[in-house]
Amino acid sequence: MTTTSAPVRSRRFSKKEEDDSGVHPRRWFTPYLLIAPGALWLLVFFIIPLFSLGRLSLENGGLSNFSTVISDNSTVIVRTFVYATIATVAAIIIGYPLAYVIATKGGRFKNLLLALVVLPFFVTYLVRTLSWKILLYDGGPVVSILHSVGILSDNQGILGSPFAVVAALTYNFLPFMVLPIYVSIEKMDRRLLEAAADLYSSPARAFRRVTLPLSLPGLFAGTLLTFIPAAGDFVNSELLGSERTVMIGNIIEKNFGKEFFRPELSALSFMLMAIILIGVIVYARILGTEELA
Amino acid sequence: MPVHRLVEGFTRGEKPEGPEGNVVTQSTMSQSTPGASGLDPQQPVIEIDHVTKSFGEFVAVDDAHFSIGQGEFFSMLGPSGCGKTTTLRMIAGFEQPTSGAIRLDGVDVSRVPPNKRDVNTVFQQYALFPHMNVYDNVAFGPRSRKATKDEIARRVPELLDIVRLGDFAARRPAQLSGGQQQRVALARALVNLPKALLLDEPLGALDLKLRHAMQFELKRIQREVGITFVYVTHDQEEALTMSDRIAVMSEGKVEQIGTPTEIYDSPASVFVAGFIGQANLWPASVTGRSGATADITALGASLKGRCQSENLRPGTDAVLMVRPERITISTNHPGPTTQGVRGTVVDLTFQGPIVRLVLHAGDDTPIIANIDPDHDLPMLRPGDTVWAAWDATAASVLPASPDQPLTATDVVDEG
Repeated sequence: MTTTSAPVRSRRFSKKEEDDSGVHPRRWFTPYLLIAPGALWLLVFFIIPLFSLGRLSLENGGLSNFSTVISDNSTVIVRTFVYATIATVAAIIIGYPLAYVIATKGGRFKNLLLALVVLPFFVTYLVRTLSWKILLYDGGPVVSILHSVGILSDNQGILGSPFAVVAALTYNFLPFMVLPIYVSIEKMDRRLLEAAADLYSSPARAFRRVTLPLSLPGLFAGTLLTFIPAAGDFVNSELLGSERTVMIGNIIEKNFGKEFFRPELSALSFMLMAIILIGVIVYARILGTEELA
Repeated sequence: MPVHRLVEGFTRGEKPEGPEGNVVTQSTMSQSTPGASGLDPQQPVIEIDHVTKSFGEFVAVDDAHFSIGQGEFFSMLGPSGCGKTTTLRMIAGFEQPTSGAIRLDGVDVSRVPPNKRDVNTVFQQYALFPHMNVYDNVAFGPRSRKATKDEIARRVPELLDIVRLGDFAARRPAQLSGGQQQRVALARALVNLPKALLLDEPLGALDLKLRHAMQFELKRIQREVGITFVYVTHDQEEALTMSDRIAVMSEGKVEQIGTPTEIYDSPASVFVAGFIGQANLWPASVTGRSGATADITALGASLKGRCQSENLRPGTDAVLMVRPERITISTNHPGPTTQGVRGTVVDLTFQGPIVRLVLHAGDDTPIIANIDPDHDLPMLRPGDTVWAAWDATAASVLPASPDQPLTATDVVDEG
């Protein structure tokens, strides 16, 4: 058997060598060919619009457009990032233990539990958020319970409050937090925890020194996937909030519809992007992950 | 030597001293490990006291009962699924015995979690922390135990020197070769100077050449630090090379415990004889018994052999074991002092250092002899009739094993 297979293998091998030798001129640009559709798409639908938006933001006054939008919207800008930060932190607090338990204790129910985490996503974003309105309206189940327990006084509601907006932001982006954390914990070698225990670590210390650092890439990805859309979101504030909870996204969305291509709005959009970008870089530096920064 | 300083600077009980007392380990200890002399059978480091471990219906370890002495290189040897790793994991604390007790320095630790046991493990695939460099990996244990900064800064580099990785402290595990990772795992465990170091097939992932080098390396390090090593392997050659004593296990049971020489020369069962080295195993029946010698009939002849088992009385079935290299071939009758049978040459194979000769005895039972190529013999050809002879002390009479019926292929190759 070995004698018959040997020549076959060597023939294949020699053919492969020809391919690898670089004689075929087609080979070198194959990778470029493969990325071309994606690159073209990004160029037409992302880079060019971004560029024109940038140019627009500098019309009628140049950089002063930026200082104008910042001073005009300072409350909204601060509010936006406070909301996004709180929602992200809340998503970590809820999502990390959830991901941890599914990954370590899920056993044969792992996939089922993960499906449950993702299940709300089978309902559209808008309907999901609107359903919170039903949950939270004055006289609805949540408010009635809080009234009867005495956490809310009788004339207080939840709808329209910052709490409603932040809670819905947290809820809507929670799966984006859970999934990457789950993946990073799930792929961790469980014997590392045995090794830590063997080296005199209590379970708490083993978590701090081994599990947590090894799940940081997942935590990092989850944070970005939660924070960035939360900071740019307008749906939650629109449907569940009030004038008290206006975010940058609401301003852009409202005005872009009416007064197309206004330099100040372009500046506001650019600023939102810039702040997120700077935030991400700072965050990456602190966390020490090389993935994005 | 840095190691001695290390051991002194980190006193744990008295240093191993005193006369070589352990009867079982004495011979190998004196020839190979003078530095770790002073085994004290009265003070074993680890006692496995009638330990049984079941997983549901499956009995992984069945009534294991033995102890391991201070400074000993003790191996647990057996095929996969024999319970050796489970036993090691119970010593480490990752598993708890279903019944029985495990004692460390006389203290029952059966229910003590691994982080509170003074033993350390070298894991099969090393289980190094991938997010830490070599230095931090080694410093992990001391830091867990809240060792002072000075102590860590002194001991970690010393251990890295012992395993010859002094220049690799800043590397991540992924940047190291398999052999280097193995040595990091060793340093990470040894830096804590545990009461015993537990090694779970530590060389299994290495290629053959590196494995041989690491066998010497492990032995050297064990001599230098004088710590008890409990070594799990399925590789009989590895166990024979390094161990002071070996426990051969099969299907959850400890088949035999002894020095490599004892295990090899006087196996207690057909399983041990077959698992370690090569062995001729011939069906035999006992005809007489006087002390440690049994008269038997085998290969159609009346023979003698050493016999340890009390159960082998006249009339019982037995197995005669002779190692192929203990058999000499001659054209004439070997004389009255040796044992011998006539056989017909069936096959001759030149294997480098030895010539492997297959004979058929009068009743067609195969006899395998490994002989020196320089052996002063006339040219042998298949069909020739010769005498196969061996010293009576080279023959062991073993209890017949119903689990392992003998067949024509009962010369077991180590593969």
